[in-house]
Amino acid sequence: MSILTFRNVSLRYPPQPGRKGAGEKRVLDGINLQVASDELVAVIGRSGSGKTSLLNLAAGFLAPSTGTITVDGAPVRGPGADRAVVFQDDALYPWLDARDNVAFPLKLKGVPLGERRARAQALLDRVGLADAGDRNIWELSGGMRQRVGIARALAAEPRFLLLDEPLGALDALTRTRMQEFLLRIKAESGAGALLITHSIEEALLLGTRVVVLSPNPGRLTAEIEAGFNAEVRAGASVAAVKASPIFKRMHAGLTGLIHSGDDEELAA
Amino acid sequence: MTFSTDIETLAPAADTATDEKAAGRPIPVALISAVTVAAIIGAWAVAASYALVSPVFLPSPRQVVVALYNLVVTGFVDATLAEHVGASLYRIFGALIASILIGIPAGIAIGTSRVGRGILDPIVEFLRPLPPLAYLPLIIIWVGIGEASKITVIALSMLPSIILSTSAGVRSVSKDHVNAARSLGATRRQVLAEVVLPSAVPSILTGVRIALGAGWTTLVAAELVAATSGIGFMIQSAAQFLVTDIVIAGIVVIALIAILLEFLARLIERRLVPWAAHR
Repeated sequence: MSILTFRNVSLRYPPQPGRKGAGEKRVLDGINLQVASDELVAVIGRSGSGKTSLLNLAAGFLAPSTGTITVDGAPVRGPGADRAVVFQDDALYPWLDARDNVAFPLKLKGVPLGERRARAQALLDRVGLADAGDRNIWELSGGMRQRVGIARALAAEPRFLLLDEPLGALDALTRTRMQEFLLRIKAESGAGALLITHSIEEALLLGTRVVVLSPNPGRLTAEIEAGFNAEVRAGASVAAVKASPIFKRMHAGLTGLIHSGDDEELAA
Repeated sequence: MTFSTDIETLAPAADTATDEKAAGRPIPVALISAVTVAAIIGAWAVAASYALVSPVFLPSPRQVVVALYNLVVTGFVDATLAEHVGASLYRIFGALIASILIGIPAGIAIGTSRVGRGILDPIVEFLRPLPPLAYLPLIIIWVGIGEASKITVIALSMLPSIILSTSAGVRSVSKDHVNAARSLGATRRQVLAEVVLPSAVPSILTGVRIALGAGWTTLVAAELVAATSGIGFMIQSAAQFLVTDIVIAGIVVIALIAILLEFLARLIERRLVPWAAHR
């Protein structure tokens, strides 16, 4: 089992020259977090709490100011295929068709053309897009594009999937379908997952654990075991899970936790 | 009068749509353009047939068409029209290939490296505003009077737009596209080859299209100096003997070729980068 570990991680941006009154900006402070490969850890928090910065640190796009990030004990020194990112706006390459987008990580590895196209097709089959391989990216719906993005990430055979609000731009119906899809794909892939989301409901539904970040600077203020994803994977409908009293209670609790500082902020 | 015209132009879209509905289908722009061109040729024909302007200065459209036919069949100054056009196109495409081979790597260097930008920016900024005719004499001194000097001058006039559009394309690559490649295991070289360059192709093609326009302008000027063939040379020779119908026929040929090149460039753009409109 692989483990992604944040140990006492902080992130600060130096003062920007020329900006009046702008000192050092503390984005994240004292983050200690572990994500195992059998988990999906959902991170929620208000805007500006550093959720995306946390993911960028895990991806290696940013380096921590202090502390360390490791994968199975080896320090993260930059981006790598062991931590594939799925972006909110999919970041697919419009000059490639759907199949070649999925095959992209295999091309990077030097896999021969025939083999990589066959493997990409198998992944498209797995995400329910068997017939979409030849289609241009701009001909696909938002949900289909995200499926291609997820298939592309899986093609890299990552140890961790880093999901940066991947369902944020989708309509409500597609989003519900994609939530079930994400759970299935995550379970099949065997990769751990770190999910950044604005939606408390989504975090509760998908996360094996939900962690809450408070803003200015971002600190982990709460961590709860969710477990609703196991119910969905066992066959319960998403609607039924969301309607259950315990889901609603936890939703209310998390909402209160996230917005607990709002009154003081408004008064200030 | 102007005020009322402006007001009409600025009328809200909904009103315009309603008016058009009431008045039937709007007149196609292509038809308006065709009528304009026909009116200009008609006015020219009237001016020529009533000798409002001396035929030495303004031959009739018919004379120009006859001159064009003679150019195709018998030629002028030891070469047919096809040979003149061939010589000009050889120079244009020779220069285009040279400027692409130099311009795209230079644009990538400017767009991706501080050192590259530091070295190449001053050279491009020096070259960009210079009229090619200003450095043509120097190029002739350096390279000689043959084909090389013409191709060099045309290539130099094409270079800035190719370099600048390449560097702009490289710099405007989506950060998410680059980060996606890095997170999927791409090396720096792979990011450049598989993401940055393909992403910059629409911008590079636009640069090539602009370069073709600049090159075509420079070509005619370059052929006015010490050439023995080419459209510019043909026009210059005809002008020296006051063969105005050949001069006008040459100008028409230049315009038609320029329009054709622009059309071809746009066609290639649509074929190569259909995705550019969707990103």
